[in-house]
Amino acid sequence: MNGGYDIMVVGIGGQGTILASNILGEACLIEQRSVRGAETHGMAQRGGSVESHIRIDGRYGPLIAPGTADLLIAFDMLEALRYSHFLKDAGRMVVNHRMVVPTSVYVQNLSLPSEEEIISLLSAKNLCLIDADAIARDAGNPLTANVVMLGAASHHMPLRADSLVMAIGRLVPPNTVVINTKAFELGRAAGESC
Amino acid sequence: MERRYLLGNEAIAHGCLESPVGFVSGYPGTPSSEVIEVLSALPDRSFYAEWSVNEKVALENALAAAWCGVRALCTMKHVGLNVAADPLMTSAYTGVTGGLVIMSADDPFAHSSQNEQDSRMYAKFARIPCLDPATIQEAHDMVRDAFTLSEELGLPVLFRPTTRICHSKGDVELGPILQNTRKGEFHRDPRQYVVIPAHTRILHKKLNEKQPKVRKRLGELGYNRATVRGKKAIIASGIAASYVQEVIPDGVSFLKVGAYPLDEEWLAGFVRLHEEVLVIEELAPVLEETVREVAGCVTVHGKKDGHAPCEGELSPPVVARIMASCGFTPSQTFPEISPVEGLPPRPPILCAGCMHRPVFHAIRKVFRDGIYPSDIGCYTLGLQLGAVDTTICMGASITVGSGMVHAGEEREIVATIGDSTFLHTGIQGLMNAVYNDARMTVVILDNRITAMTGHQPNPTTGLTACGTPAAPVSLEAVCRACGVAFVETVDPYDMAALTAALKDARERPGVKVIIAKQHCVITARRIGIRRGRYLADPETCTGCGICIAFGCPAIERHDEKAYINELCSGCSVCAQICPAGAIRKEGVR
Repeated sequence: MNGGYDIMVVGIGGQGTILASNILGEACLIEQRSVRGAETHGMAQRGGSVESHIRIDGRYGPLIAPGTADLLIAFDMLEALRYSHFLKDAGRMVVNHRMVVPTSVYVQNLSLPSEEEIISLLSAKNLCLIDADAIARDAGNPLTANVVMLGAASHHMPLRADSLVMAIGRLVPPNTVVINTKAFELGRAAGESC
Repeated sequence: MERRYLLGNEAIAHGCLESPVGFVSGYPGTPSSEVIEVLSALPDRSFYAEWSVNEKVALENALAAAWCGVRALCTMKHVGLNVAADPLMTSAYTGVTGGLVIMSADDPFAHSSQNEQDSRMYAKFARIPCLDPATIQEAHDMVRDAFTLSEELGLPVLFRPTTRICHSKGDVELGPILQNTRKGEFHRDPRQYVVIPAHTRILHKKLNEKQPKVRKRLGELGYNRATVRGKKAIIASGIAASYVQEVIPDGVSFLKVGAYPLDEEWLAGFVRLHEEVLVIEELAPVLEETVREVAGCVTVHGKKDGHAPCEGELSPPVVARIMASCGFTPSQTFPEISPVEGLPPRPPILCAGCMHRPVFHAIRKVFRDGIYPSDIGCYTLGLQLGAVDTTICMGASITVGSGMVHAGEEREIVATIGDSTFLHTGIQGLMNAVYNDARMTVVILDNRITAMTGHQPNPTTGLTACGTPAAPVSLEAVCRACGVAFVETVDPYDMAALTAALKDARERPGVKVIIAKQHCVITARRIGIRRGRYLADPETCTGCGICIAFGCPAIERHDEKAYINELCSGCSVCAQICPAGAIRKEGVR
């Protein structure tokens, strides 16, 4: 809401939200644009729900207000629903077609919305479902699902794809640059039809 | 000049290198930990760096370095400053020759903390300058300049970023890294460094005499800036100033505060140009109280008249609501929108294969009617397993336990405490409990690392902050030296041995210590320990739910039967507790 473009990246601690937000930040640097971000660190990372805020062209604080995000990238469908209120009405949502059931559901016998219910609730916004885990395996490493998701969502960002690819090259371990670049390209192709 | 996208704490670490810093100490605590992590991991360091055993130890070390003329940084989280408060208060009297910057990271909303205290109060209490950054760039610039400021004033400087600075990111302009060339040398001066009453009375007077100079110098630094634009004004500090900038309309004046104590004359001059002022700050009304003192007839809004909340963290929509509530129209409004209700929560959870889980499981089995005081670390998550009854602050598991015993509580007391927390402030409580003959069991959850804050080494690890091998402390020897007669070390993955040790302890008098020792499962993975995965056989599984109640994220329920997912790290404990023998190692018949 400060004239920039606000992206939320959400998921579960350990799924690579921080790397994804770093790639976005680095791409902003490459394009010489200002950027602000906020993340979850510390105890909240232990398998808990995590959120990263990235504000492209951000000049003030790092926090995105509920109802104002331009794009929500979710690595898990339940987390997409949990944070869906952050998206503005015309916002876009790119969601990994996958759901990790919280351990609390088993231990405390909590009820969980079904996959169909979640998809139907998410479809109220501009939804793009991506099977990022399968695409990541095709790219050669299931751990690249986060980069697949960035690729799929890249159509909606005010950043050039080549800046994102360059950012990936700078940030992932040198021996995984090829696989991650492929993951990005495959994700980008999968996101084209959304 | 170089521009990089950095975490606030990385930018702060870089600012220290530009100063340059010569000595670094601290105790891990979210959100402060990454500063020393970054500094200690650098190759070719021109400075000394350590993780100290607690914040008091860290600050006394850093103070001594500053007395020896070296620029010293000491980092901690806000509650760590309570532990370091003793040296802090008198360090203002002795002053420093080398710059001393104490970074105390505050945590509004208590994202990872036991309270929401405000470190600015400590700076006021100790009468030392406090720097409160509004952005990551400012945090970087402030900490770089704070060392010079400290030397100029001869006082420690408190640097107080908050979670949304430390764990936010932004593009930051960095300067060149300088090499520390100072070597510490102590110049004996008892009147300065021996605070006997005769000396300290004079030192106190000198400290008070420094205050006008402190105010004047901080005013000159430009961290407090005013823009007059109308008859209404907003005064804001720290990260809240960034939120205000996002929603302040053109016709409202703005004063941004980044350094304390304020020049009161200057502040009064600004306030009295206006009819109404609104003070926006997180945590305590530190700034608001100062504004109210100088406001005269000008109306002041803030926490004290109920417009702004006294707890939690702020954000642009919260600031916009506060403004609207006292008649300041924000430049934008935000949708009133709530999250989807009824979703199952996904709180942080002990990892699959975490050594703490079997310990809590065994304690609950052996001491069914027990009371479980615990402490601060990942294992506080044992709350989810019904095995944590109290936590208050670092080291307060054993002391709370012995206090309950002597108060007359007759149920069995089983205190749990991690290795790092035991070394931090647990030892004194143990010694006290033994000497005063409390009857209780203490379980030290020894995973050889300070895990929760990001796996910093401690004296049980065998490595220093910079990765130099060091002889690990023997927890057994420490406990025995405190007078504990029964000290047993067990592998928490061996349920039979763990249960037997707890039962043995239960029958004995006095203080018993069980050391449950096993690598943190994350460290184990990093050092290449692979145990293989376990599987549940749906044919043999009776669906009794014992393994589900164990609460491991690797165990799911599929069609009323247990299913073990790919998170399994092979600890084997579920196989040991399964009454049907339905769980076995993959590939083993």
